[in-house]
Amino acid sequence: MNSALLNVIKTVGKGLRLTLGHFFAASESRKVKPVMDNNYFAQDSGTTTIQYPHQKLPLPEVGRYQLDVEIDDCIVCDLCAKICPVDCIEIESIKATEAIGKTSDGTTKRLYAAKFDIDMAKCMYCGLCTVVCPTECIIMTDQYDRSTLKLNEMIYKFSDMTQAEAEEKRIALEKLNAERLAAKEAAMQSTKDK
Amino acid sequence: MNFYLTYVLVATALFAFTALFTLFALYSERKISAFIQDRLGPMEVGKYGSLQAFADILKMLQKEFIIPSAADKILFTLAPIVIFVSVYLGFAALPWAPDVIPSSLNLGIFYIFAILSMETIGILMAGWGSNNKYALLGSMRSVAQMVSYEIPAAIALISAVMISQSLNMQEISIKQGILSPERILFLGVWDVKAIGGFLAWSIFQAPHLIIAYVIYFIASLAECNRAPFDIPEAESELVAGFHVEYSGLRFAFIFLAEYSMMFLVGMIGVILFLGGWNSPVPNIGSIKLAAWTTGIGWGIFWIVVKTLIVVAVQIWIRWTLPRLRVDQLMSFCWKVLTPLAFLCMLISGVWRLTMMS
Repeated sequence: MNSALLNVIKTVGKGLRLTLGHFFAASESRKVKPVMDNNYFAQDSGTTTIQYPHQKLPLPEVGRYQLDVEIDDCIVCDLCAKICPVDCIEIESIKATEAIGKTSDGTTKRLYAAKFDIDMAKCMYCGLCTVVCPTECIIMTDQYDRSTLKLNEMIYKFSDMTQAEAEEKRIALEKLNAERLAAKEAAMQSTKDK
Repeated sequence: MNFYLTYVLVATALFAFTALFTLFALYSERKISAFIQDRLGPMEVGKYGSLQAFADILKMLQKEFIIPSAADKILFTLAPIVIFVSVYLGFAALPWAPDVIPSSLNLGIFYIFAILSMETIGILMAGWGSNNKYALLGSMRSVAQMVSYEIPAAIALISAVMISQSLNMQEISIKQGILSPERILFLGVWDVKAIGGFLAWSIFQAPHLIIAYVIYFIASLAECNRAPFDIPEAESELVAGFHVEYSGLRFAFIFLAEYSMMFLVGMIGVILFLGGWNSPVPNIGSIKLAAWTTGIGWGIFWIVVKTLIVVAVQIWIRWTLPRLRVDQLMSFCWKVLTPLAFLCMLISGVWRLTMMS
């Protein structure tokens, strides 16, 4: 009985000393250092809160957070949309009537991206799309905080074509297809005639 | 007719004090707990979050009164009032400084203990009236705990009362400082009436009162339903205990009662054991520190500072120790605190007869 009571007093004293130590150590607070810093783990006392919107931990430039698309380099091959495990990328392509131009690594572009939407609310940041991209136009950036008031603002639109431009390209493609069809029919007609 | 005005003024001042203290204690509790856990606590409302408590109370004032459809409406509505009023009335007999006491009762400490027991009824009303099993369990636990812990607390207080030979809180305070009409013996041997300071406090007049004070302090924690004795509220088991169905202003009143109770029990302990409004600094030769720091202003200052330190220790203990189990709680009260309190009372009687006669 007595030894139990003594044990209670001892352990309560130990606990109170511990919390008092933390209380007085709170005069010091955590320094905002990037994870690359050699002393990142050095601080072992003081408050650890980072007051987020006012203070931010610096991130490495190669941080893998939100996706970004360099649409000028995109050949609209649709590989990223196909590999995406959560189907957050939606692409609509229009075949061009001739080669449009070249990407920065020299690949010829033959498709227009009428729509290139990424739903960041669905994205799970696996990075598979950046791996399969043949022209490395879809990349992950060090941006991670974007909060919106409306859910559909989480859908990032990367296509730089307007509605009218897309419609124009679509009509051009239809016209070309119609011409080709007509030419084909004419050719078939001429072979039949012979 | 003028004395009615005085009554109303004194009552309003006491109410304003309890409300302000509650806001202050709320903020300091959140900050102290945060620092103990290496956090920062509230930081956004006002400089260093200093207006957080006002923001909380403003939010609470705007809330709707919700009465559960199956609740006992009369008990449910009355309970917060009974709980708060019983704690608030306790302040009536507490001295703040020489000649400053709302009501100088000859039965002061007896009255306070009687009126504080009323809180138990309020808690039972809240638990029963809510018609909620968690609330009822919480209030049953609370009643069992408060009734049990009143015994060691009261006996520890009686051992101090036996030394000072008075139930009047003001007289008990006077007898622990330089204003005392009779001689004061430090540890029963050295006359310190002219020296005063902490040497004249009850716990140094009779050293076994230190143990009595510790017993009283532990029991008072249980009476305020604070950790490590917060099984009536036990968040992890009972959601919030007896006040689980309360919202808005009614909840605010229960909260107000809880924090006023912290101050009240701290202040009772300070008056009976730690010299009340007497200055802790003694007269040393011609440097009359005790004489200089005794007076109405100084009295209020000393008693508030002493009580706030006690409240800070209550908060510190809450954020250190885990909650006791019900059986541990009961066996600690009946097998450890109560016998020790009786022992203190016995020593008090012997001390009074041998050392102070």
